[in-house]
Amino acid sequence: MLHDLLYLAQQTINALQQGSIYALIALGYSMVYGVLTMINFAHGDLFMLGAFACMLLAGVVTPLLTAVPPILVFILILLMVMAVIGFLGAFIERVAYRPLRGAPRVSAIITALGCGLLIESLTLVIFPYSQSIPPLLANRTFELMKVADPAGAGAPLTLTITALQILIIRVAIVLMVALDFLIRKTRYGMAMRAISFDARTVPLMGIPVDRIISMTFLIGAGLGGAAGMLYGLAYPVIAPSMGILVGWKAFIAAVVGGIGSIRGAVLGGFILGAVEVLAVVFFESTYRDLISYSLLLVILIFKPYGLLGSAPNQKV
Amino acid sequence: MSALTVENLTVSYGDIHAVKGLSFEVRQGEIFTLIGANGAGKTSTLRAISGLLRHGGQVSLDGQGLRGVAAENLVSLGMAHVPEGRGIFGNLTVLENLKLGAWIRHDAKAVAEDLERMLTALPRLRERLAQAAGTLSGGEQQMLAVARALMSRPKILLLDEPSMGLAPKLVKEIYTLLKQINETGVTLLLVEQNANIALKLAHRAAVLETGLLTLAGDSSQLLADPRIREAYLGA
Repeated sequence: MLHDLLYLAQQTINALQQGSIYALIALGYSMVYGVLTMINFAHGDLFMLGAFACMLLAGVVTPLLTAVPPILVFILILLMVMAVIGFLGAFIERVAYRPLRGAPRVSAIITALGCGLLIESLTLVIFPYSQSIPPLLANRTFELMKVADPAGAGAPLTLTITALQILIIRVAIVLMVALDFLIRKTRYGMAMRAISFDARTVPLMGIPVDRIISMTFLIGAGLGGAAGMLYGLAYPVIAPSMGILVGWKAFIAAVVGGIGSIRGAVLGGFILGAVEVLAVVFFESTYRDLISYSLLLVILIFKPYGLLGSAPNQKV
Repeated sequence: MSALTVENLTVSYGDIHAVKGLSFEVRQGEIFTLIGANGAGKTSTLRAISGLLRHGGQVSLDGQGLRGVAAENLVSLGMAHVPEGRGIFGNLTVLENLKLGAWIRHDAKAVAEDLERMLTALPRLRERLAQAAGTLSGGEQQMLAVARALMSRPKILLLDEPSMGLAPKLVKEIYTLLKQINETGVTLLLVEQNANIALKLAHRAAVLETGLLTLAGDSSQLLADPRIREAYLGA
């Protein structure tokens, strides 16, 4: 019994790590949908580029800053990754999505998918083989609990958390709190929310809609890049295709939370993380995706706009 | 002195010509109203003036031509527009709506003073400051929309059917507010279906029918005109 609880607790820690990464990615989908009612299908590939950017930047920055505490190097690289991927996201919006804003919705979807494929293929050209990210920080494992094996034969069971897991969860939470503040308390956040409610009226306030949309992409993509870096530190072998599955999953998390809702994206991300990990606890691991997505589908049957989403505005 | 001049304005939606060459002038400090039935082209005219619709012809604000000026830059030039259906942001609080109205201003102190004055004039908005604007009644939403537009300190205010969907008592309240606003020196361009109340408020007026101006003059004249009385006042 105690063993099962211990195992469950261990999986909860893993779920938190996984969930915070999904949540960070889901935020980007949800923010862009909020202002443009468009799904940025290139977002998963921006996530992947976050991991590659981390690898490249670590290669350049770390040798230069050997005297600096590793945690500061980590923060510096994180900020650089977020800036690079953020500007790339805003650039993609400027050159690929904005010219099509008046076009039928299917054109925007195809363009976004095309941008994603382009990013992935170009990365594959430059990095044909899987790469690995150097550890930026010395990882330590903290033992939270230890229980002797009741059979007496095997090794004792332990509940552990690694310094990296703590860091990932902490960084994700700091970023989410900062974003929540930005959306709720600043004038740019107000403008974003106003655009998501009624984009047609926003210019009448003298608000530069295009600039707010660029900023939304910058922030959303920046968070996706941060998620890519954290994911790459947790699973250091990275490949250009890594954005596809994780990107789709985070997209589903955003939909389950209520796409367009910021808090919904966070909730959806953590729920998906938990469901995936728990599915493996109770069933064969090969059934993981089947079980988690069936459950998420059930949620959508009862809450078609997602857990925290609302029906689209009834416009006059 | 002319605050706004519109010359030969045209708006088309594909093959449909909604506005077919309007010319009129709004004088500094006056209330000018365009009256017309549903589909006459009133909203299209206002949206074209505000730069929200592609249009032909020439619009000038204080003598400055507006061709090529984006809608979002007109607010800094002194034009504010209360759109059809009020256009309040229902997911934002009343206070946030008002703050967005002052987006172009960077004189935080004066904005705070204006906000205070606005809330003193409209105590019902003060009571609901922290409430989502979508929970307000229709009349309160209309007041909020007008107040929000005033937060940019416009020289000219464009209003698209402020009486729409409101009970007669509330329409009266809104119109009293508009009169007060005009008395502070703000020029009003008012578009209305409710000819009776609009003509009583305005100094001058014009009648819009299927995209063309058919009559224009002092509103007292139009109020007395038998053609107007028959078509718009139900007399």
